[in-house]
Amino acid sequence: MKRRDLLKTLCAAGGASVAATALRAEEPGAVVGERDRLGVLVDTTSCLGCRMCEYACADANGLPTPEADVELTATRQTSPDQWSVVCRFETDRGPVSVKRQCLHCLQPACASACLTKAMLKTPEGPVIWRESKCMGCRYCMVSCPFDVPKFEYDSAVPKIQKCQLCFDKVQEGKEPACVANCPARCLTFGRRSELIDLAWSRVYGEPDRYVRHVYGEHEVGGTSWLYLSAVPFDQLGFRTDLGTTGYPVLTKEFLYAVPLVLTLVPPFLLALSRATRARDEGEEEYDDGGGA
Amino acid sequence: MTEGVATTGRPAVGAELRRFVRFMLAELKPKGKILTPFNLITGAIMLVSAVVLTIRFTKGLGAVTNLSQDYPWGLWIGFDVVTGVAFAGGAYVLTFMVYILRMEKYHPIVRVTVLNGFLAYVFYAGALLLDLGRPWNVINPVIGNSFGVSSVLFLVAWHFLLYMLAEFVEFSPAVAEWLGWRRIRRYLGAMTLGAVIFGITLSLLHQSGLGALYLMAKAKIHPLWYSEFIPILFVVSSIFAGLSMVIFEGSITHKVFAHRASRRLHATHDDIVVGLAKICTGVMFVYLVLQLLVFVHGQRGEYLSTGWGAWYLLEIVGFVAVPAVLYAYACQVRHMTAIKVAAVLALVGIVLNRLNVSVIAFKWYAAVRYVPTWMEVVVTLGVISAELWVFRWVVNRMPVLDVIPGLSDRPDGSLEPVRSAA
Repeated sequence: MKRRDLLKTLCAAGGASVAATALRAEEPGAVVGERDRLGVLVDTTSCLGCRMCEYACADANGLPTPEADVELTATRQTSPDQWSVVCRFETDRGPVSVKRQCLHCLQPACASACLTKAMLKTPEGPVIWRESKCMGCRYCMVSCPFDVPKFEYDSAVPKIQKCQLCFDKVQEGKEPACVANCPARCLTFGRRSELIDLAWSRVYGEPDRYVRHVYGEHEVGGTSWLYLSAVPFDQLGFRTDLGTTGYPVLTKEFLYAVPLVLTLVPPFLLALSRATRARDEGEEEYDDGGGA
Repeated sequence: MTEGVATTGRPAVGAELRRFVRFMLAELKPKGKILTPFNLITGAIMLVSAVVLTIRFTKGLGAVTNLSQDYPWGLWIGFDVVTGVAFAGGAYVLTFMVYILRMEKYHPIVRVTVLNGFLAYVFYAGALLLDLGRPWNVINPVIGNSFGVSSVLFLVAWHFLLYMLAEFVEFSPAVAEWLGWRRIRRYLGAMTLGAVIFGITLSLLHQSGLGALYLMAKAKIHPLWYSEFIPILFVVSSIFAGLSMVIFEGSITHKVFAHRASRRLHATHDDIVVGLAKICTGVMFVYLVLQLLVFVHGQRGEYLSTGWGAWYLLEIVGFVAVPAVLYAYACQVRHMTAIKVAAVLALVGIVLNRLNVSVIAFKWYAAVRYVPTWMEVVVTLGVISAELWVFRWVVNRMPVLDVIPGLSDRPDGSLEPVRSAA
């Protein structure tokens, strides 16, 4: 073994500990709903299914105008051309219309999955996508529990498309386009803590009208969009098996192990390679680089 | 490069450069017959791949792949990258055995294994670039204008990059010997241990990291394949995946490049293979126990009676337990063919496992399942073909199979003429 090798190992260990500090600072678990984000409460009991939100969204974000003559089904999906869609579900209490878009999680899987920080949880609340950073790996799509990010497969310069919660508008203190254009007032824009109070006051006020569940209050660590419903949420196509843990927590343990492995394994291997040497002398007994 | 020759004085540099260029030009030429069946088939595959890739880069991924909003990752990630990297695991295991534990018995095959590992990373991890929607931004997480350090993929990307460097350093003495650069050869040789230590550490992390990528797909992967232990299962299985690949590749390389192999390798090849098979046996039983623990821990019993359960049992019993037992038996009786069969079965098991996690059991509930297009398959074959061509070119020129440990120069004159096409 040479002093050089020892130095190299020490350098690697040093680099690893720097990486460890950086990791800690980035750990998204530290922001579990502490800051009061902006969000939207959707009261599905008053949604008319008029699709004004779809048109307002397309208009505000420069997307193609949605087709007028479509049947509202349970399987409608957002797409690269349409960030917000209204679905209709047959439930125990008749047909219910539900607007779907990005839920803007408090601890977004997509943002923690993004290796270029193209997906970003803004302090205001919206999760936005930044074109100049994205390399198109689509790991955000793999990670998102709600399958929200959509990719332009038919473009040579593809983008990730999803609701940005009208980031420009909300920065100026305005409402998102869909909320401002909802004729039934079934969308309410505001601070998330106030929306939760509002949601539960409605549930307690009219216990026969609502189920005792505000979707998004705890799901995957909480989302900026919250939903009220008259029927259990699984009847409205919501996944109710996602748990209440923020998705970035799923990779936390692995990421914490990385600096440990990087600092502990090299010295161990170095020691092992010294211990297995036949004779203890300055130079190698054979030219190790035999390269092989 | 010039450092090694500069000592002889300035005028010599020009002459040395001319000699170097002449040497390179001669070496770049193919050696042997060009129109062989292998060349024709792989050549055609690569040509078609080139056409497919041209379409892919002008019209978008949707024009050639069956990727969808439901299946953002398909064959190119699931097989080329996730499976290919597991197969390349032999390099870190063998460098550990030879350089750290000093098992001299395995020295003759380290160089070819490292070469295989290096090329696998260059081509299979390189195939990642074909899959990126916006590959021109691939430098973003490298040059530091946007470090997404909370991403497992960030870690995997960096480790790929660094590990390729480490493997190149490990292999570089062969290049220096080929070029006759003695002094540089000595410097490069001295760097080997450092590169090996760094390389093993990186490998442990990115082999497990490839599994950790799927931790956030918790709600999408069938419970028989999803568990928080995916990273550990991936790293443990990469050991026998890599070694089985060494056995499998070795059995082919040994035949095709028999004339290039040193006498020592010829004499000890069977011993080496039996040794590797023994290690595979041990690791595969460890892996089976881990899978059993995960099975019990995850309370997966209820799924066994479903079709997915049968598919799971096929993978675990048919392509892990069976090859493990076959390996054990074949080692006892020194049956070389049985060892090769076990290696192939184990490799199939790894393909099944990696594809199950990344493609087959991914979105197992989806109405429309992903099946790769013929174009995705051809590009995958094209990547493998290109790798084989480069591998053959290197093995036919550099001291890879005919290396003699302890000798830092290529043995003069003792090389037999090259017969195979390259």
